[in-house]
This record gives sequence, C-alpha cells and structure tokens, in this order.
Amino acid sequence: MEQGHIKINIDGREIIAKEGQSIVQAARDNGIFIPTLCDFKSLQPAGTCRMCLVKVGERYVSACTTIVSQGMSVENESVELKENRKSLIEMLFVEGNHMCPSCEKSGNCQLQALAYRYQMTAPRYPFSFTQRKIDASLPYLVVEHNRCIQCLRCVRGVKAKDGHDIFGFIDRGGAIHISVDTTDTEAATEVIAQKAMDICPVGALIKKGGAYRVPIGERKYDNEVIGSDVEKERDKV
Amino acid sequence: MSRKITIEPITRVEGHGKVTIKLDDQNKVSEARLHVVEFRGFERFVQGRPYWEASVLVQRLCGICPVSHHLCASKALDRIVGVSSDELTPTADKMRRLMHYGQFFQSHVLHFFYLASPDLLFGVNSDPAQRNIVGVIKAFPELAKKAVLMRKFGQEIIQATAGKKIHGTGAIPGGINRHLTVKEKDHFISGAADYNANLMVDWALEGLELFKSYHKKNQTWVDGFASFESNYMSLVRKDGALDLYHGGLRAIDSEGNKIFDHVDYQEYHKYITEEVRSWSYMKFPFFTSLGPSKGWYRVGPLARLNTCDFIPSPLAQKEFENYKAYTSGKPNGNSMHMHWARLIETLHAAEMIRDLLIDPDLYSGELEKKGSRRSEGVGVLEAPRGTLFHHYKVDENDLITMCNLIVSTTSNNEAMNRSVKWVADHVLDGQSEIPEGMLNQVEVAIRAYDPCLSCATHAVGQMPLIVNLEDETGKILDQKVRDGV
Ligand code: SF4
Ligand code: FES
Repeated sequence: MEQGHIKINIDGREIIAKEGQSIVQAARDNGIFIPTLCDFKSLQPAGTCRMCLVKVGERYVSACTTIVSQGMSVENESVELKENRKSLIEMLFVEGNHMCPSCEKSGNCQLQALAYRYQMTAPRYPFSFTQRKIDASLPYLVVEHNRCIQCLRCVRGVKAKDGHDIFGFIDRGGAIHISVDTTDTEAATEVIAQKAMDICPVGALIKKGGAYRVPIGERKYDNEVIGSDVEKERDKV
Repeated sequence: MSRKITIEPITRVEGHGKVTIKLDDQNKVSEARLHVVEFRGFERFVQGRPYWEASVLVQRLCGICPVSHHLCASKALDRIVGVSSDELTPTADKMRRLMHYGQFFQSHVLHFFYLASPDLLFGVNSDPAQRNIVGVIKAFPELAKKAVLMRKFGQEIIQATAGKKIHGTGAIPGGINRHLTVKEKDHFISGAADYNANLMVDWALEGLELFKSYHKKNQTWVDGFASFESNYMSLVRKDGALDLYHGGLRAIDSEGNKIFDHVDYQEYHKYITEEVRSWSYMKFPFFTSLGPSKGWYRVGPLARLNTCDFIPSPLAQKEFENYKAYTSGKPNGNSMHMHWARLIETLHAAEMIRDLLIDPDLYSGELEKKGSRRSEGVGVLEAPRGTLFHHYKVDENDLITMCNLIVSTTSNNEAMNRSVKWVADHVLDGQSEIPEGMLNQVEVAIRAYDPCLSCATHAVGQMPLIVNLEDETGKILDQKVRDGV
C-alpha cells in the first residue's frame, strides 16, 4: 500500500482511502455512493444536513465531516440507514414548501433526486405550511426562502472577488434564513446569480430569465438516479 | 307553494356542480341554476410568484386540459418578455401549434368516444349500467380500440412537444424549449404499426360518420334537444379562417351579424364584462355593448364553426360545408350539434398534425425570441371547450401582481344554465314528481358543453346525481339518487 493510504471497510467491502479524506470522499473514490446535500466538492464540510449519516461501530456520524482512520468499519447501506435517510428527506419536504412541478430546478434538484432514489412517495409527516418570503428584488437573482434547506453551500461557496461573504444566515432555529448582502454591488451581478443557482442543491436560488430551458427528458436526473455516476465507477476501481 | 329541486352530482374529487330547479305553485319551472365551485382562488395563488412560473403552475388548474392553460399562459408571457405570439420564431410557433392540436385531438376524442358516444350508441335513455365506455368496449370493441389509440396518439404528440403527457414545460416565455426529433417524426408518421398520423385522419372521419348516421336516425331529437339561440365568440385568423391557436376575437349574434371582429385580445376587457352572481363561484361574462341580459354568449366547437368563414384543411372544410348547409349558412344553435362540430374540429386537428409533422421548421431553427419587457400581457387561445383568456400583470421585480382568467366553461356558464332550464321546462313542467329519465337529460344537456367540471368528466360514463324535490321549507318531497357506475 502506498504511503499515506489506509484501509477502511464500508459495508464489509475493504477499500483503500487517502489519509485525511472524509468518509464521503473515500467512498466516492471507490465507487460507493453516500448521499449528501450540504457537502459540496472542495468546500469545507459543514455537516448541517445529516443526509450522509453512517454508522461507525455503534455511533452515528456524518460521513462528510468524519475523517477516515486505519481499519475503520463503516455501515452505509443498511435497511436502518436507508430508512433514516428517507425520513430525513421527508422532513425536509414537509418543512419547506416544495412545489416540484413548477420549480425551475425540477429535474436538476438534489433533494428531489434523493427523494426518487429513496422512493419517497408522500411524506409521512405533517406539512408545516410555514409561509416564507420570496425575494426577487435583485436584478438577476430570486431568493425563494420556501425552498431553502439551510445547507450553507451558498454561504461557503459564493464569495465576492475579494473573498468576502455575499450570503449569510440570520436568526436561529425555526426562523433561520439566508440573507444576501445587497450593499455589495457584486450581489447584483449575473455572474453571482449564476454561481448561486449552480451551487444551491435545490431551487432556493434561481437566476432570472432561464427557467425551463432544458426540456424534460434532458435534465440531469431525468435519466439517471442520483449517485449512479459514482456507482458506475465502482467496477473500474 | 314554490318548490326547489336539487340535482347534485357527487364526485370522488373536489369541484362539483349542483343543479337547483325552482318550481312555482303550479309546478312550473321558474328558474334553473347550475352552481359551480371550481377555479376558486387560483388567481390569488399565482400572485407573488415569478411570472415564468405561471405557464407551468396554471396547468394545475385542470387535469383535463392542462396544455391549453400552459400555452395560453405562455402567450400572455410572450407579451411580458416583449414579443407578440405572432412574432415568435417559426419553430416556436409550429411546435406550440403541434402541441395544441395534439391536445385538441386527444381532448375531443376523449369527450366524443368516452363520454358522448355511449349516449349515441345505446340511446340517451338506455340503462346507465351499459351506457358508458365500458359498455362501448364490450359492444363495439373495434371502435373502442381506435378511440384508445387516438387518445394515445394525441398524448404522445403532447409528450413530444411538452416533455410529458401532462404538466410539461415545452413553451417558455418567448418561445419553446425543444425541437421535434426525426425519431419522433418517424414514430408518428410510420413508426407504430397500428396507429399513425394518416390513420388518425381516417378514424376522425369514421367518428364523424358515426355521428351522422345517428343524426339521420334521430333527427328530431338531435336538432331539437336543448336547442336555443345565442351569441357566439371565438378567435379567427386574419382571413376569417378557423384558427385554434391564434387570431383576433370575433363575436356574432344569432343571425350571424358581427358584434365585433378582429379585436386585438389585449383589449378584451373593453368588450367583455364578467358578472358575479352570489350563488355560483363561476362568473357570468357578457358582451359589454349588449349588457348582461342580451350579451351572454357561447364558446366552443359550436361557436367556432359559427364564427369562422372556412376551415383551412381540405377534409374538414368539406365537412364544414355540409354542416353549414344544414342550417342554410345561419349560425347553428342546436346544442347537440356541438358533437358534430367537435368531430369536424377533431378531423381538422388530425389534418393539421399530419401536415405539421413534415414541416422542416419543427426539426431545426431558432427556439426563442426576446423584446423589451412589458408589465402586462394577455394570452388568448381556443381551448377544446372554447376561448380561454389569461391576463397577468407583473411588477418590476418579475413577480405577478394580478392574474385574471376566463376559462371556456365560464363563458358557457349562462348557456349551460339555459340548457338545464330547457330540460326542466320540457321534462318537468307541470309535474310534481321527478320523472324517470330527467337525470339523464340534464346530464346530456350539460355534457354537450364538455364542461371541465370534475363531475362531468371524472366519472366513467355517467355523472352520479341526486335529485331532490323540496318544498319552500326545504322539506324533501321526492328524491332520486343515481350513483356513478
Ligand atoms: S439558498 Fe440554497 S445553497 Fe443557500 S443555504 Fe439555502 S438551500 Fe443551501
Ligand atoms: S452531507 Fe454530510 S451533513 Fe450534509
């Protein structure tokens, strides 16, 4: 085994991981899909959504924030964990106001795609029906608070040229919501709107003027289940 | 002592109609009302939403003609993004038309074969247990098979243009989001062995023959039942042709005189007033110049064939000429001729689909256009059931501030009430009991308009009805109940 590599085990399968990697990254490198929502590419993990919950020994940990260690044994695809994930997705649905049929992100939305993967039919929890605002006052960006899942991807990933924040969070608990620093002129640009829409896993950040341009049938998750891109790599590993 | 009869269709879904017939002391019908509780609140629901969502959201208004709402809202949104619907690229215009004809075809087929043909094949007063689509399948399996395939064909056209059979996204403000593929073209023209674009034209003609032979045998009934004069309105093309997708508004009176013609529908509110009556959620629109008592009008197949000068497809035009000759060129007020007109339109849609499919503009060309942003837009088209209006106002942040819809069934509201009155007058007058067959006739009279009341269409074959005969105090004197089959 190469220097800096360690062995871990996911669902009984032994894989090679790089030291310092998160469980999610190590799994992905080995063609194993662990569902995530708040985790995004190279961004510092935030561990806010709990979608990636796995079991290490008897403990539940978020796989995006937990670093692999030699000999670690991870449970990922158990019936119990799948059921947890499905419940979590359902809770996200009832907590917000998600009208998939008219949402611009439909077909490209990770929450919707996960709901399909985990075969959610209808949520088993009561809808909260909390009416949230839709803020369309910026020239290129719509902030649809009804759809935000508070993953913080926009806060962590969309920055002004000089590196300072454009998105932030205000309030706590149930009242928590994202806010945009409109005093920053960059917030009003098309570039930022596009970046925000691309990074948001759901339809909470929408760039104006481009809705439904991709026909049904050609959208990201129309023809493939979320995670299947990762799993396709499995045979090659 | 005056009496009140209530006929209430019970449905498994939300949104149902209820008929009340009032009798005076001599058991004479003093009033007939169709109460409708649909569409409530939708105009409020889209307020505050980004305008582009409207064309996708409003489809939820109706599970029966979502494509009409999708396209009509898109036409209004074309205006918002600064293009008129007749300035769209040829590709966008033709793709939308194909989608629209597909919708027309499948909707008219659904209505005629699934809902109306049982009345024709078995007779209006036959046993409801047989008088439904299941009965048709048993007794006329070949015809039923064709009906199923015709619907399938129309729905596949919708899927190919909108992405999905229901609630697609094809039309976008200022255009369309896709081309048709050659593979799809091949499928529609020659791909499927047992159904294709040419067969659709043949089968539409067969449907027409079915009606015509029924008409020959039952002329008095077909011509007379729930027949009355009215005004009519529809879109017509610049040259007066039938155009289901775009044109100017034309209104005529029962003699065929024009009330207005080639009106730009952006100005519809100058010509039409919507009256609210306390007992129905559905408004009563009328031509402003004539006032509410004289200005009510009909829309839909009957109206369209009354207002247009000709049909721009050869087979349908031939049938249109025969149809017009039957009333010596005069506007046709026979409510049951609605089926005849509907079948001529079905044929027209089939011809248009067949011809559009070989149009190269569907397979390449610009999809979208943009102009200078407006804050208001009206979209109008001819939905299967008649003229449909969508009107939006949008603020500077792109959010909808106002939405007004006049759906086809609303325009036919007064006419449906009159049809019920007609039945009550003819069947009930002078009797203090609810006669056998009354429910069927009320159903047939309302159904001619193919109203998008869930009650009229969701039940297989027949509307479940309750008829209550009440005295002034509300005490039930007689009751007849008929469940859906
Ligand atoms: S707006 Fe989108 S990216 Fe930002 S926190 Fe909400 S869901 Fe996450
Ligand atoms: S992806 Fe790990 S907590 Fe969100």
